[in-house]
Amino acid sequence: METYAEAGKEGKPSCASVDLQGDSSLQVEISDAVSERDKVKFTVQTKSCLPHFAQTEFSVVRQHEEFIWLHDAYVENEEYAGLIIPPAPPRPDFEASREKLQKLGEGDSSVTREEFAKMKQELEAEYLAIFKKTVAMHEVFLQRLAAHPTLRRDHNFFVFLEYGQDLSVRGKNRKELLGGFLRNIVKSADEALITGMSGLKEVDDFFEHERTFLLEYHTRIRDACLRADRVMRAHKCLADDYIPISAALSSLGTQEVNQLRTSFLKLAELFERLRKLEGRVASDEDLKLSDMLRYYMRDSQAAKDLLYRRLRALADYENANKALDKARTRNREVRPAESHQQLCCQRFERLSDSAKQELMDFKSRRVSSFRKNLIELAELELKHAKASTLILRNTLVALKGEP
Amino acid sequence: MAAEREPPPLGDGKPTDFEDLEDGEDLFTSTVSTLESSPSSPEPASLPAEDISANSNGPKPAEVVLDDDREDLFAEATEEVSLDSPEREPILSSEPSPAVTPVTPTTPIAPRIESKSMSAPVIFDRSREEIEEAANGDIFDIEIGVSDPEKVGDGMNAYMAYRVTTKTSLSMFSKSEFSVKRRFSDFLGLHSKLASKYLHVGYIVPPAPEKSIVGMTKVKVGKEDSSSTEFVEKRRAALERYLQRTVKHPTLLQDPDLRQFLESSELPRAVNTQALSGAGILRMVNKAADAVNKMTIKMNESDAWFEEKQQQFENLDQQLRKLHVSVEALVCHRKELSANTAAFAKSAAMLGNSEDHTALSRALSQLAEVEEKIDQLHQEQAFADFYMFSELLSDYIRLIAAVKGVFDHRMKCWQKWEDAQITLLKKREAEAKMMVANKPDKIQQAKNEIREWEAKVQQGERDFEQISKTIRKEVGRFEKERVKDFKTVIIKYLESLVQTQQQLIKYWEAFLPEAKAIA
Repeated sequence: METYAEAGKEGKPSCASVDLQGDSSLQVEISDAVSERDKVKFTVQTKSCLPHFAQTEFSVVRQHEEFIWLHDAYVENEEYAGLIIPPAPPRPDFEASREKLQKLGEGDSSVTREEFAKMKQELEAEYLAIFKKTVAMHEVFLQRLAAHPTLRRDHNFFVFLEYGQDLSVRGKNRKELLGGFLRNIVKSADEALITGMSGLKEVDDFFEHERTFLLEYHTRIRDACLRADRVMRAHKCLADDYIPISAALSSLGTQEVNQLRTSFLKLAELFERLRKLEGRVASDEDLKLSDMLRYYMRDSQAAKDLLYRRLRALADYENANKALDKARTRNREVRPAESHQQLCCQRFERLSDSAKQELMDFKSRRVSSFRKNLIELAELELKHAKASTLILRNTLVALKGEP
Repeated sequence: MAAEREPPPLGDGKPTDFEDLEDGEDLFTSTVSTLESSPSSPEPASLPAEDISANSNGPKPAEVVLDDDREDLFAEATEEVSLDSPEREPILSSEPSPAVTPVTPTTPIAPRIESKSMSAPVIFDRSREEIEEAANGDIFDIEIGVSDPEKVGDGMNAYMAYRVTTKTSLSMFSKSEFSVKRRFSDFLGLHSKLASKYLHVGYIVPPAPEKSIVGMTKVKVGKEDSSSTEFVEKRRAALERYLQRTVKHPTLLQDPDLRQFLESSELPRAVNTQALSGAGILRMVNKAADAVNKMTIKMNESDAWFEEKQQQFENLDQQLRKLHVSVEALVCHRKELSANTAAFAKSAAMLGNSEDHTALSRALSQLAEVEEKIDQLHQEQAFADFYMFSELLSDYIRLIAAVKGVFDHRMKCWQKWEDAQITLLKKREAEAKMMVANKPDKIQQAKNEIREWEAKVQQGERDFEQISKTIRKEVGRFEKERVKDFKTVIIKYLESLVQTQQQLIKYWEAFLPEAKAIA
């Protein structure tokens, strides 16, 4: 069992992927989290002076499924069709980490006690890092909702934040998951259909540009994210390699009777310290690069979804126009056709207006987030490289100096 | 102090290549030992002293090359050789194999001619002194380079020819710089000859690089991919290290076969080195037989030193193997990291292209460039990981096998002596029986046999003592060299790591303003 609060909040990855406006009327954070066998329980704490809430400060315990429920509620709500719905947090996945710990526990007799201790330490740190990340992802989701002027006023959101009891939301069963999967397919097919529709002209250059841009951007950022993950994993692997090397050097050193004794022992120490630095490089790359890319991959998907909804509305509007024309020529049911067309037009315009704003916000959010993370990445890389150089130089001086 | 001293008698006045003062201490310790151990030969003793003073006052060394570190080893090694030389002679006269020490001058002028006679004392002294001077680091230098691998021939009969370049100021060679073309089997042939001459008397003969049927087949077939170029480079470097180690050995350096290998333009092909040849199979059978014999020899070890050392080497072997495995994993993962970084660089570039915010787009392109450079760095570091760290370990794993072999030879030598003693005893018993049975002709025969076996016992004892002495000396030399070798390579390797980190700093420092420029 792992408590987030125990883990210490200082190491919490900041909500660096999202640039949140500092609005203090509704502050949400995850103050604690507990990891049990196969679920994580998040303690969501809210501080608000809004009149709607009964208290100014309160907290509830929520599980991942309840976050998903909230996200889906937003997506299905027609009112928010013109907004980018913040992407749902990914499901907490400790499988890989747990498997590794188990394998380590099963034991490999060729590994010394110190090596074993170090490997265990590494795996535990990895587990902790994953845990912190999942907390951060869930927190960012809520904080974005709290920061958005429209989304924050949603009734379901209030319920999520305030309702003390279990929301009785079960995880999607297989049928629902399949349903979701099929819906995505239908959506893409639909999109292809309506874009191919004759007569459907994109009137607005802005949206034309955004569509082309987002389609390409999303594919490429997904690619970059995958590859950044691989780099990070390779780095971690490298850091782990230093464990047996350091151990072997240590044994060599203790066995030697000549001048190599001190050399080997110093080298063993060096590799141990290099290992820690390499590990930090790997985790910084993970946080500042991989995670950021992953977040914007999801966010750009949400933006794409918005564009789709607008396109759908446009198609509906076009269809309504055609229906109206037909009704007028036949002079039958003109009124309902007119009002339907009116509605479609209004909806489309509403969506277009808000989508424009949302997309511009998306861009500025993205730019500032990339800027922040890239700067921090470079600064951290420099810090670690300088630290490595220092310990390497010190060891070199020591080795050269001795007889 | 240095100014007043006379240069050594046969010095050619060349400026000496001194090692870094970091090894100064070693120089001193060896000097101390030579001063202590050579009361009978004052001349050699004076040379090192001069050396050191020159060292402290002389100009800073112009080049610090790995090869220069060998000087120290010679200081001790050849001094000991000169001490032993008077005792060596009886061995030389009885052993059928060609002479081994500088005492028997294989004339420097015509290296191919094996001359066992004691030729003119002038030459004798000259070569001896030369080695001593070499030992003291004055004019000893021999540098071997293996380069320019070239494919000769086609198809399955093709082979790689390597250029072996020797640069030396030793007068035993006719020129100071020369090169020849050799193929891999030539190197194996050289090792085979040296091993057959010197291993059984206790010299640690550096092992030749390993054969690789898979690797060579790829090259023969003509695959021009990176794995075959890597293989050739790996082999070239291994051959170079092999020769460098061999010439460092003062005794082996004197060997005519080695000189022929380095100098002569035509070398008879060593056919018996092929893995699947008759000789190859015989070798494998012999190895297996040896292994069985080793298990059955129960030697009464009178000298704890040998037992101790054997155990030490056994432990060292195990530890080195373990370390080697881990370092190989490191090389592999670093290569993976490099490949992944390159892939990421490409996708970052693509992302930069699609990004429509100009400043961010530029920053992402810059990031892609940085990552590409870092990929290069990782590749170079993996190279260093392998050629410095990993190959050093694998070389020493094989060297230690050679050391273990030498210890085994000593055991066999002991066994031979022991067997001779047993046989002598039997012969004596037989003689006694004959005496009782009173058969005069048989008694004479028995007496003859007894004399023969008495001589063999004596020889056996002498051989055993000689091999023990040689081993002690060799192990001492080997250990010194090992310390030097490891220290030098470790330092070089760490410097490569520093280099990598410094480059990283450069790249990220260049990137940081770009990231900050995103508006």
